[in-house]
Amino acid sequence: MALALMPILTPNRFKGKLIVVEGIDGSGKSTQLSLLAQWLRSQGLAVAFSEWNSSPLVRDTTRRGKKKQMFTPTTFSLIHATDFADRQERYIMPMLKAGAIVCADRFAYTAFARDVVRGVSPKWVRNVYRFAIQPNLAFYFRVPLEVALGRILGGRDSIKYYEAGMDLNLSRRIEESFRLFQGRILEEYDAMTQEMGFHVIDATGSIEDQQAQMREVVMQKLSDAIATGQILQDERAYRANTAAAPVL
Amino acid sequence: MPIPPPLQFYNEPLPGVDPAELQGKLIVIEGPDSVGRSTQVSKLRAWLEQRGHAVLDTGLARGALAGKGIADAKEGNTLGPVTMTMFYVTDFADRLENEIVPALRAGFVVITDRYIFSLMARGIARGEDAVWLEKLAGFALVPHAVYYLRADVPTLVSRVVMGRGSFDFWESGMDLRFGPDMYDSFIRYQTRVIRALDRMSKKYEFKSIDASKPADQIFRELQRSIGELFPAKRTDAKKRRSAKA
Repeated sequence: MALALMPILTPNRFKGKLIVVEGIDGSGKSTQLSLLAQWLRSQGLAVAFSEWNSSPLVRDTTRRGKKKQMFTPTTFSLIHATDFADRQERYIMPMLKAGAIVCADRFAYTAFARDVVRGVSPKWVRNVYRFAIQPNLAFYFRVPLEVALGRILGGRDSIKYYEAGMDLNLSRRIEESFRLFQGRILEEYDAMTQEMGFHVIDATGSIEDQQAQMREVVMQKLSDAIATGQILQDERAYRANTAAAPVL
Repeated sequence: MPIPPPLQFYNEPLPGVDPAELQGKLIVIEGPDSVGRSTQVSKLRAWLEQRGHAVLDTGLARGALAGKGIADAKEGNTLGPVTMTMFYVTDFADRLENEIVPALRAGFVVITDRYIFSLMARGIARGEDAVWLEKLAGFALVPHAVYYLRADVPTLVSRVVMGRGSFDFWESGMDLRFGPDMYDSFIRYQTRVIRALDRMSKKYEFKSIDASKPADQIFRELQRSIGELFPAKRTDAKKRRSAKA
């Protein structure tokens, strides 16, 4: 089963590297990725950052669909894939070609988890994203549902309709719907962890511990590419930084 | 793999749609740019309505969700080929779920000016993978008939020049610049599109019509063939004709 579902993403044939983070809302993945990106930059490395659902070309369409609640599971999935395609063609790919480390906050795996919970078939959505470039590293921030909910429900003013999966009619109460929806997404992430080769980070640990783990994995993976100059870098900043303080 | 019967999905069920509930007719007019599809669609609509059928006509990038986004994206200069395919497929899914399926449930005749085949052909012409495209659009319903208005590139050129009077950026594939100018790019891009449609023709059981014929003659061919989808109504039409005579 796992093998049959193996996604055939597009291999990264470029100089740059693609690092992605995944996890349910409230897992802390965005915090971790921005810490990582900042650190990589401070090492003099070229870093590009891309966030899920952020293409200016697609923004108005997504907004219209959400505002008027026009989405079905299929169109919801497709518009997010359109958004990703635009970011990949216009930004991620050119940056990889130039030799940057591209940090993506969420990737196709978000669609594999969320859109499948919405009801599209796992096989279909994996094919949709076949054009997506295979990440060099994919971190999955695993966190128990209640911990994530505590972070989200405490800290934010309101949960939006589609974020809560209200279109699935799981519950009429938005908080309860959010809880059930996120719970199912969590199950999907857990189920695909092996298939996708995620680096699992225990997201209940301290922010500092998680960040240290992340940096270690990244350096193991990228040290060759950095040492050989495959990754675009400012030589002086890199030397100054590594000389001043140990990397980890 | 054989094509399923009409109003079944090609290879992927659409969540929330039961094909058993669908009862109308789905008719597709396909063909490259400037081949005269829209003329035929409007004639067919009038004719079918006169025969007492409720008709929905629809076409690429006309959906409420993504139609405007596509138009806006084409105005700019950043729309990449995969993004374009995805945007059009999004629009197609929106129209299928929110226009075509409800109309078919209600027993309408749906005439669509292009279908997934044009989307696939454009993608293939731009170097995308045919199998990927086929699975991507696999949630489409199998139509009762696909009429392929086929023309060669010189015919298309003459239609464009004599008709609109200028080459369109996207119809010339200028986003990928298949040639040094609009004319050369049009020739190469449309050659690829036609080749891709020709390749689909057998597999998807297109009924090919020579689009270089006069529009009236094409219309009569379409009438004859579409009439066969409605055996009972045809005798009505015959009666009316003989009564008139």
